[in-house]
Amino acid sequence: MAIKPEVVKGVNDICDKYANEPSPLMMILSAIQKEYGYIPLEVQQIISDRTGIPVAEIYGVVTFYSFFSLKPKGKYVIGICLGTACFVKNSQQVIDKFSTLLGIKAGETTKDGLFTIEAIRCIGACALAPAMSINGKVYPKVTPDQVGKIIDEYKKMEAEA
Amino acid sequence: MEQIKTVQSLDTHIAECTKVLHAKLKGEGGKRAIVVCGGTGCIANNSVDIQAEIEKELKAHGLEDKVTVNHVGCFGFCSQGPFVKIFPEDTLYRAVKVSDVKQIIEKDIIGGEICENLLYVDPQTHEKVAKQDDINFYKKQVRIALHGCSLINPDLLEEALGYDGFKGLKRAITQMTPQEVIDEVLASGIRGRGGGGFPTGRKWQFAANVQADQKYVVCNGDEGDPGAFMDRSILEGNPFEVIEGMMIAGYAFGASEGYFYVRAEYPVAVSRLQRAIEDMEKVGLLGDHILGTDFSFRAHIRLGAGAFVCGEETALLNSIEGQRGMPRPRPPFPAIKGLWGKPTCVNNVETLSQIPFILREGASAFNCIGTEGSKGTKVFALGGKVNNVGLVEVPMGTTLRTLVYDIGGGIPGNKAFKAIQTGGPSGGCLTEKDLDTPIDYDTLVARGSMMGSGGAIVMDEDNCMVDIAHFYMDFIVDESCGKCSPCRIGTKRLFEMLTAITEGKGTEKTLEDMKELATVIKNGSLCALGQTAANPILSTMTNFPEEYEAHVKEKKCPAHVCKNLMQYQILPEKCMGCTLCARNCPVSCIAPTADPVTVKPLPNKFVHAIDQSKCIKCGSCMAGCHFGAIIKK
Ligand SMILES: Cc1cc2nc3c(=O)[nH]c(=O)nc-3n(C[C@H](O)[C@H](O)[C@H](O)COP(=O)(O)O)c2cc1C
Ligand code: SF4
Ligand code: SF4
Ligand code: SF4
Ligand code: FES
Repeated sequence: MAIKPEVVKGVNDICDKYANEPSPLMMILSAIQKEYGYIPLEVQQIISDRTGIPVAEIYGVVTFYSFFSLKPKGKYVIGICLGTACFVKNSQQVIDKFSTLLGIKAGETTKDGLFTIEAIRCIGACALAPAMSINGKVYPKVTPDQVGKIIDEYKKMEAEA
Repeated sequence: MEQIKTVQSLDTHIAECTKVLHAKLKGEGGKRAIVVCGGTGCIANNSVDIQAEIEKELKAHGLEDKVTVNHVGCFGFCSQGPFVKIFPEDTLYRAVKVSDVKQIIEKDIIGGEICENLLYVDPQTHEKVAKQDDINFYKKQVRIALHGCSLINPDLLEEALGYDGFKGLKRAITQMTPQEVIDEVLASGIRGRGGGGFPTGRKWQFAANVQADQKYVVCNGDEGDPGAFMDRSILEGNPFEVIEGMMIAGYAFGASEGYFYVRAEYPVAVSRLQRAIEDMEKVGLLGDHILGTDFSFRAHIRLGAGAFVCGEETALLNSIEGQRGMPRPRPPFPAIKGLWGKPTCVNNVETLSQIPFILREGASAFNCIGTEGSKGTKVFALGGKVNNVGLVEVPMGTTLRTLVYDIGGGIPGNKAFKAIQTGGPSGGCLTEKDLDTPIDYDTLVARGSMMGSGGAIVMDEDNCMVDIAHFYMDFIVDESCGKCSPCRIGTKRLFEMLTAITEGKGTEKTLEDMKELATVIKNGSLCALGQTAANPILSTMTNFPEEYEAHVKEKKCPAHVCKNLMQYQILPEKCMGCTLCARNCPVSCIAPTADPVTVKPLPNKFVHAIDQSKCIKCGSCMAGCHFGAIIKK
């Protein structure tokens, strides 16, 4: 996969931004993940060239932390909380319902690239358990029978866009 | 704001800001103040829109000059949010919606009348309660770590200064030697709030005793226990207090740099912390020669990236250093050789948040609260099957009963209390018989659990304890860093055994094997994650042996949770033949039988039945039936 020149520049800029920090790798990766949504090997190579950190080391770090991803995620990332407070209030059933309706398992992305389901650990909204978020927007007290409606909402938004 | 570079200017600012904040809260000059909860929980329930609507309504009525409005940190009573509070009357409105704003402005702000429909209703007495302090949830709380949370604007240095901010720092760095500060913290008896419970003063003393050109304070804001949100709320509600605590630590053992390591899942906390640091730098409260002394200090933020093990202090240090977050062998302890090889103290957010109080009010004001071995207060995140979900700060030694029933308001839906899990994935569960135990570090360990960071999840009769243990083990398998094989492989095996039990494939031998393997993992793991990984299993096996036995011997799940061991059934004598369940079933496995309904015989109404061989146990049918005709068995 060829990386677009503007992305190369963007990645280099991010590397330079943190060049004066001690041990900047985590900060660089967080910024790239946030900006581009994933950190493929090609991008890791660019980081390595710019910072002198070996690719093997960068790869090791990227794969260690669940926030960093090697593959692009769907346009809408559905994060369903599997923290304890949500789990005891049946959030597993909410995940199951999303899985059934979208035909993918947690951690997977739909073929059309629209949705990714992620089981996440505590988003700090435990009082609203079971909680979930779609691209950062938090949905409180979700029940399995609301799931169909939530998906339709986004599908409709897509159809209209 | 002007520079605060001398003791004198700090005193002047404190006096001025205190006056201004006091005037605001007491309504001097005929003004009123509205505060809106800006904690993550209430933001998820639209509190930002509520605040915008309040601003709009005030403007529409030409009241912008008479009434101020701003956000504050978490009120703690998250299950009742979003909150709007009116000063000087101190009226607390709960569960406010955008559509309620008009009423609040017109009836209360303009009309001077309380909006009764927005008040908290005590579930026992059914009385409406207008003031926060009169609500049972708050009555038994003592706020030290949560000082200023839900009162001050966390984005305004002025309000922090007006509410005791930096008095502790001032006393420490201008009136005490570093050793005196350590002695004061030792005398307070405070132990680390992040899990281990190690005396904070002793940790600082170790680092103080080492000579080095550079030392670091690290604040652990990783808050990995899923279901706990104490540290997040403190950072969101009063970030200045935590920075102040960090600075006092730095002065005490000779560190001039501090790092906050905060979970990336907490964007609101991070942005408030960032802003607080910048504002303090601007006025000179962070930087060189603070308050004209020789003490210099800088603070930085580093974000986590979703790895639970990074909450372990040595893994955290590796993560800050840009490496995989794997724990390091100890010794050397971080206090001797920590971040970039320099002496480092890692302190939890809540620990640091209590330090300013100790320096401001003195050790004796802190150690007069609590029990023999555990002083001061502890913040708990009370969650799960309890009416009042939220954050509570109580004196050490408070009983679980007080926590669950007086403060927590008991279990919803008149269900029976079953257990409370403390200490998260490293902890254990406590049951009915432990309800009257005063909770502190030592009693919890004696009862087979631990304090942990303060997550307290209540479970009721509908929760299956095997399923809960299975859940924690799933978490641990995900989060084990993989360095030691007993932890990496052993927890996976434990998880498989638990899976077998929940699927009805376990035997009594499985139970014995689990116990044996648990010991191996405990003894063969480098860090506490592995060493404590089996605790949730061991503790549920000890407290609920009959539940495990039912799973392995009778192949039954008494709580009807484990899918392979339960069925949904339609009660013929209750079914009205309405066909709703048949239409809702995702796999179309419900159909009418030939039997006419008996409740209210009508032509063409037949009792329905489930084809168990096709049922995927999604529960939609039971959730939908209006006649309570579907049960779990
Ligand atoms: C697996 C694991 C996870 C931990 N997670 C946290 C955490 O999220 N927050 C925290 O403050 N301490 C956590 N700790 C404890 C830290 O290692 C350390 O003891 C603590 O931050 C010290 O601060 P304190 O003395 O103020 O409690 C964890 C420990 C282990 C073994
Ligand atoms: S015990 Fe587990 S988490 Fe801890 S270092 Fe070993 S493998 Fe990693
Ligand atoms: S929804 Fe209830 S009442 Fe209606 S057919 Fe199904 S079981 Fe019978
Ligand atoms: S539990 Fe789900 S799959 Fe089974 S009968 Fe009910 S609706 Fe159908
Ligand atoms: S456990 Fe789900 S938000 Fe905390």
